[in-house]
Amino acid sequence: MTTFISNIRIAALLCGISSLFLSAIAGEMKGAESIRASGSRIEIKDFAFNPQTITVKSGDKITWINRDEEPHTVVSVEKQFKKSSALDTDQEFTITAGAPGTYTYFCSVHPKMTGTIVVEK
Amino acid sequence: MSDYISHDHEHDGIDRRGFLKCMAWAGTGVLWTVSGGVLASKTLAEIAKAGTPLPATDLSFLQISDSHIGFSKEANKDVTATFKIALDRINAMPTPPSFLIHTGDITQLSKPEEFDTFDEVLKSCRTKDVFYVPGEHDVLNDGGKLYRERYLKRVEAKGSGWYSFNKNGVHFIGLVNVLDLQAGGLGQLGDEQLEWLEADVKGLGADTPVVVFAHIPLWTVYPQWGWGTSDSERALGYLKRFGSVTVLNGHIHQVLQKIEGNVTFHTAMSTAFPQPSPGTAPSPGPMKVPAEKLRSLLGLTNVEYKQGKTALAIIDSNLS
Repeated sequence: MTTFISNIRIAALLCGISSLFLSAIAGEMKGAESIRASGSRIEIKDFAFNPQTITVKSGDKITWINRDEEPHTVVSVEKQFKKSSALDTDQEFTITAGAPGTYTYFCSVHPKMTGTIVVEK
Repeated sequence: MSDYISHDHEHDGIDRRGFLKCMAWAGTGVLWTVSGGVLASKTLAEIAKAGTPLPATDLSFLQISDSHIGFSKEANKDVTATFKIALDRINAMPTPPSFLIHTGDITQLSKPEEFDTFDEVLKSCRTKDVFYVPGEHDVLNDGGKLYRERYLKRVEAKGSGWYSFNKNGVHFIGLVNVLDLQAGGLGQLGDEQLEWLEADVKGLGADTPVVVFAHIPLWTVYPQWGWGTSDSERALGYLKRFGSVTVLNGHIHQVLQKIEGNVTFHTAMSTAFPQPSPGTAPSPGPMKVPAEKLRSLLGLTNVEYKQGKTALAIIDSNLS
């Protein structure tokens, strides 16, 4: 587990070199239509982010949807984007990918749940 | 001698009152106590002189946990009703518990109206004295501010909500392990709380029974599901010298018990919905069971301290 954490830290450190950040939109409910355009979806199911790692282009929208009966959150490990509020079942949270880099995040309620966003140019 | 035996809890043909009377009759003036497997004696004169408190009297209290008020999914569409049933059970006890301990997750989503419902329903409980520690569901969006306002002001909690108190010679410690959690990690107490704990128990005699309560288990139940506390070892280190330590947790919605040396670890059932046994499901989410089976998997925990007994008696009962 220690190795896992330090890997996250290293990844976070590397992406911290980039001085640009993801810009975030607060996690209010959004219709599926509005995010289909250029978006990537991450499903939260069985206490896991699926897919756990996604690669997107800068400017793309990323939307999480909680399919569990348990509330989950989306929180940047290095506080690089605004955290979501607690997402109840079927609630969504959307951010817009900013500068290229690797961003790690986790669920602050169930910290075993972690995920990675790779932003390309 | 049989004249003196009115409460034979240990089935050993002797009770406390009878024992003390016998000792007085024998004229020795020595009070023997058995705590943590250590037989200690003090003369009654010594106790009177030093003002040492007499050993604890019997005490019983009750643990309720994981009410999840606001949850309304398949696993239990009416968690308020099952919470009420739990309170009815408490009210029906022949000897009401001295107080209640709620080990967290009062609400599903930390909403003020969920806390309101809980407080309103709790009014029907005959036992009015309640001690609380938060679960992660109680501190979702504000780091526990509202929770502390409502439930921890009375006990003058420190930091993010930890505190201790004494009842009948038993030392109780309420800990918070659901805040500032780290990515990839488990429940966490943190340095500030651990330093406080070390200082809190420093002056206590090793024969003081200690009861620790917190939401997430303070032992590693199943780390894959986050069922453990990363720095609980350090906390338990400060409690090692005590003859009797009882650790009461919630979070996992099922009864599990482990005894390690003088420490008894115990988790309580929820009053809302069951969760699967470790590793038996894809995730620890609410477990759906047939409606007629639900109440057999919900429950509460009664804890009794009997003077002279090393371990506290822990009795779980379900709501069916």
